Amino acid sequence: MNTHMNSWFDVGSISDIPRRGARCVTTGTMTVAVFRTADDKVFALEDKCPHRKGPLSQGIVHDGCVTCPLHNWVISLETGRAQGADEGETLSFPVRLEGDRILLSLMPQTAEAVIAAE
Amino acid sequence: MNREKLVIIGNGMAPGRMLEELFEKAPGLYDVTIFNAEPRVNYDRIMLSPVLSGEKAYDDIIIHGDDWYRDHGVTLHRGARVGAIDRVAKTVTAENGIVAPYDRLVIATGSLPFIIPVPGHQLPGVLAYRDLDDVEKMLDIARNKGKAIVIGAGLLGLEAAYGLKRQGMDVTVVHLMPTIMERQLDPAAAYLLEKALTERGIAIITKADTKAILGTDRVEGVELKDGRILDGEMVIMAVGIRPASALARDAGIAVNRGIVVDDGMMTSDPNIYALGECAEHRGTCYGLVAPLYESARILADRLCGGNGEYGGSVTNTKLKVTGINLFSAGDFAEGDDREEIVLRDATAGVYKRLVLKNDRIIGAVLYGDTTDGSWYFDLMKRSVPVTEMRDTLIFGQSYQGGTTLDPRAAVAALPAEAEICGCNGVCKGKIVDTIAARGLTTLDEVRAHTKASASCGSCTGLVEQLMSITLGDAFNPHAVKPMCGCTDLGHSDVRRLIVAKQLKTIPAVMQELEWKTSCGCAKCRPALNYYLVCDWPDDYADDYQSRFINERVHANIQKDGTYSVVPRMWGGMTSSSELRAIADVVDKFEIPAVKVTGGQRIDMLGIRKEDLPAVWADLGKAGFVSGQAYAKGLRTVKTCVGTDWCRFGTQDSTGLGIRIEKFMWGSWTPAKLKMGVSGCPRNCAEATCKDIGVICVDSGFEIHFAGAAGLDIKGTEVLGLVRTEDEALEYIVALTQMYREQGHYLERIYKWAKRIGLDEIRRQIMTDAEKRQGYFERFVLSQKVAQVDPWSERVSGKDKHEFMPMSELKLEAAE
Repeated sequence: MNTHMNSWFDVGSISDIPRRGARCVTTGTMTVAVFRTADDKVFALEDKCPHRKGPLSQGIVHDGCVTCPLHNWVISLETGRAQGADEGETLSFPVRLEGDRILLSLMPQTAEAVIAAE
Repeated sequence: MNREKLVIIGNGMAPGRMLEELFEKAPGLYDVTIFNAEPRVNYDRIMLSPVLSGEKAYDDIIIHGDDWYRDHGVTLHRGARVGAIDRVAKTVTAENGIVAPYDRLVIATGSLPFIIPVPGHQLPGVLAYRDLDDVEKMLDIARNKGKAIVIGAGLLGLEAAYGLKRQGMDVTVVHLMPTIMERQLDPAAAYLLEKALTERGIAIITKADTKAILGTDRVEGVELKDGRILDGEMVIMAVGIRPASALARDAGIAVNRGIVVDDGMMTSDPNIYALGECAEHRGTCYGLVAPLYESARILADRLCGGNGEYGGSVTNTKLKVTGINLFSAGDFAEGDDREEIVLRDATAGVYKRLVLKNDRIIGAVLYGDTTDGSWYFDLMKRSVPVTEMRDTLIFGQSYQGGTTLDPRAAVAALPAEAEICGCNGVCKGKIVDTIAARGLTTLDEVRAHTKASASCGSCTGLVEQLMSITLGDAFNPHAVKPMCGCTDLGHSDVRRLIVAKQLKTIPAVMQELEWKTSCGCAKCRPALNYYLVCDWPDDYADDYQSRFINERVHANIQKDGTYSVVPRMWGGMTSSSELRAIADVVDKFEIPAVKVTGGQRIDMLGIRKEDLPAVWADLGKAGFVSGQAYAKGLRTVKTCVGTDWCRFGTQDSTGLGIRIEKFMWGSWTPAKLKMGVSGCPRNCAEATCKDIGVICVDSGFEIHFAGAAGLDIKGTEVLGLVRTEDEALEYIVALTQMYREQGHYLERIYKWAKRIGLDEIRRQIMTDAEKRQGYFERFVLSQKVAQVDPWSERVSGKDKHEFMPMSELKLEAAE
């Protein structure tokens, strides 16, 4: 496993993201969408809807979910899972706030993803 | 057949209910005659307040229409006031001379409003609040707006005040006691209610004793004993009622405050009964509908030979003022043998107080959250000991036994005998059984068969929950489709309330209209954002996070996450320099696809998001602005070449198209708006399948609207013919504004037109010049803020964060 998988990356300040919005972090191989909710919680998902790979970072953020801009799937920011009748899951990543800095880990926290990554 | 003659004096709700019960138990048993002093059929007096406030019409509150009387063979004498009862001859005589013999007589004369005999109380403009005549008189005076004074802050007085306020009057309520509704509310709840009413613009003066009503020919104001003088063109006396018992007294029947009846509703004359507000049972005169309906059932039973007994009623009260939730029941005075449990949440405006005696609830006052009113009322009526659940009692039924917070759980847990509809005394078991037995699926059917929620309607939510529990998914509670899962309100209600309550931000809408989610969803937020942009062009700050991505970044998202860009080409006209600029942009940014659109312009597809500002900068230098091809707003105005080139052209269709587009670009509409202008009826611009189209003819411009050429295909309707280009522009703009103000979000103009009606739209735009002018002016006003090119704004740095990654991690370096 790559060492960077275990590290926390400072990817910016919480004020860089609008409330009920998202910004992207690119890694060269992947894009991660970092979300900020109305109550200033942050979440990170791979920027790909499990349905047709729509960029979730472009969706409308409401409560703990984002609605994909392509076909309106609703994805949980916490688990990356599709809500309602839709089925599917996108990678979610640990992210935390230290003061106003956003720290992102690239070790996926989804069970299946962990196995796949190993 | 020689049937017994049943005569009823009075045609209110109590005898109406009694007859329903009687006809169900023993159809055809009596030959029924009714004398009604009012010139009407039986209507729902509880609903007078919604009629006064304009929320309902008279037709909506009729209980028994003409058919009902005919079908049951009832003789109804309207406008016939009975003047005398001859108990020896067993006849009644009306003031208009009609005489009717009876075998059994029911007196249901109701009550009379109490008018304080202060000087001036007989002046025109002093009104009571008892029947539809009163309401009509009030509405008549309210037409001129002006000021109204309501004397008495009880249930009726406050509902009258609210209704008059809704009609645009300036309303002051004067009340003798220190707190309002003191018979139903304790001081704390009265304070909350007074505050809520004051916030609704109703002035309340307590400890105010009326000295005189002022005026010479008609009411001009009220003078209080402390010397204060209030101006007003109308005075409503709502200080109480007294049973209308004079007729019975004159006939020698025993009368105390009301007409005295026994447990079988019989008066001192065994052939005569009394029912409703005129009756006095065990020393009590009831003024609420629930106990009257209970006694109506007993009387119906007696009239067909039964021996039912009325044991008196425990009553509860709800105030019918939109947006105020208030419930009170039982006895809530303080006392040494009583304990109380109180919950206050000042921020949420919730106050709950339960009064306990011997471990049983004897009184309840709920303000703000009345969900558990029927549960407490049930515990109170059945006198259930509450020792076990005392700790959590105040939080309501859903907190008992650690069960879930599913709002339906509380209703599901109610016992079968729990009363759901207080007005009509309908219990849960009856509703559930009737739904199953008769296969009912709609609220109206349940109302028709059980009477639940058929009077004041405040238990409608409970009845719907019962239907939902009983029927599962087969029940659709809302004839009006809610906007989304976050609210029960439909689009029309939300739009109306945004304007009526002056709601100017999304959080304000969600708070005031009781959104069920903390910040909405992807369906309601864009809709609310549009409604606020449209209704408050000056005040509202557009919430970009509530816009769909296309409107947020001013380009169209494609399936691979890239974007397409369409600059405006006014009326479909372009030039070599514009085309050259587009070619250069395509080369410079390696744009993979270029396409001519159906709206006569050019689409560049496959642009990466981060390149958008640079693409726009280059296009901007060539004079292009955004074509808003992504907007729920004005898209294109397609034209033909008209008189400039065409040998058939009748008018300058290209010029008019460009003029319309330049006037209207940038405006947001409920759904996309595409237009076309054809220079002659050959219609090369295909204007007759557009949202709005113009067909030029020799005599002027034929304006069309409500076409569709998408999911549905539909030719346009003709709005009308105008003579000049200026008129064409004015009428089109007015039509658009009307649609902007009334359309539901994502509702294309043809669907809106179908909902509103073509004739109504033609009337407002073509024939009502004042309306048309108003629409036109409001559109012009909103354009002042809307006509800003979003591309150049972003080229100069606006929303920079939208277009670049927050961070680019170089992972190789970390290894």
